[in-house]
Amino acid sequence: MALSADESSRLGELLTSRAEQVTQQWTEIIAGQLRGRLSQAELVRQVQELHRAMVDALGKGTVDLNGEEATELRAVLAEFSRGQARQGFSATETATGVFALKEALLAVLEVDQSIETLRDYVAFSTLIDQMGLFTFESFVRTRESLIADQAEQLLELSTPVVKLWEGVVAVPLVGTLDSARAQVVMERLLQTLVDTGSPYAIIDITGVPAVDTQVAQHILKTVVAARLMGADCIISGIRPQIAQTIVALGIEFGDIATKASLADALRHVLRLTGVETARRQPRREA
Amino acid sequence: MTSGVDLGRPQAQAVGSDEDVVRVRQLVRTVAVAVKLSLVDQTKVVTAASELARNTLVYGGGGTVEVAVVDNGRRTGLRIVFVDSGPGIADVDLALTDGYTTGGGLGLGLSGARRLVDEFDIQTTPGQGTRVTITKWSR
Repeated sequence: MALSADESSRLGELLTSRAEQVTQQWTEIIAGQLRGRLSQAELVRQVQELHRAMVDALGKGTVDLNGEEATELRAVLAEFSRGQARQGFSATETATGVFALKEALLAVLEVDQSIETLRDYVAFSTLIDQMGLFTFESFVRTRESLIADQAEQLLELSTPVVKLWEGVVAVPLVGTLDSARAQVVMERLLQTLVDTGSPYAIIDITGVPAVDTQVAQHILKTVVAARLMGADCIISGIRPQIAQTIVALGIEFGDIATKASLADALRHVLRLTGVETARRQPRREA
Repeated sequence: MTSGVDLGRPQAQAVGSDEDVVRVRQLVRTVAVAVKLSLVDQTKVVTAASELARNTLVYGGGGTVEVAVVDNGRRTGLRIVFVDSGPGIADVDLALTDGYTTGGGLGLGLSGARRLVDEFDIQTTPGQGTRVTITKWSR
């Protein structure tokens, strides 16, 4: 249901003539809900901006939020919910921030209680409802894009390739190894092998909670790819429960060296490269 | 996370994407911890669930997974049912053979999952779908 042109202009008039009273009421109601989590100055600025956008939109004859005249208003609302989402407010708090305008309007209208006023109020409410729902949707969209960004960042974060020793690089895998991450890991590892000229790579799976056939296949493929480039891979971090699961599943790692811990794997590689590790003799007390 | 799972009722999880397979794993792990499975058995049943959930997704074209706590009077355990309405499996014995795959995997998922759990049941009708039920008892 949309507003009639008359209702739209009456709402615009009301918002203009009683501007101060409406924005003040509106601010107070929101402030009550947020309990000081947003500074008063910031809140006043937001409310005034919303108010101005509404007056502008109504001035252009907006009867429906989806109309062309309301483009500016939609942009302001979207900006408002983006800000709320990023500051950690809930979707409900964001939408009720808009719905609070109804209460503020009611307070202004109360003096005059004719049936026309009631009709107008219902009509105004539909527009405000539309605005509230719009902020709700924008809020959800913002949160979704935030989550998508974070997922991407996590993908980047969680796959470092570190140099352990001259000629030895390691990939500590943490979390779920799905196809996308396996691809990133393989690319990173192979690139690092070229960049550092390392003949040995250790893939540590201590942080992988479950090794199923897909994870195993990803690891095996990475090892084969590294071998094609002339590097030897060692898999470390095989805990007892993972070892038993791998056996029961029937996965065979063939001639790939596997070790229980990263330390064992490093010692194994150092021995292969001819580096001697020796415990220093404890100094004798005279 | 999946804390606050009501163990009195079976928990259902739709499987329609790779993320859902992760959710199935987390759900199964939560329930496995709650019924006090040993760490090895937790890992085994989570891995089996991961294999079967991925089969539901990749070969069954998606479906649902239901996790329930069961009790046979002596022991408690968890029962997981994987249901899809995909093409079904024409030759179950062949599908349960180590190394047999139609999807480019290792061919160990179905047969391996059977070895990871205590009870394994598969019902399939070509053209109508597949229903796999697994049970793991606490020791």
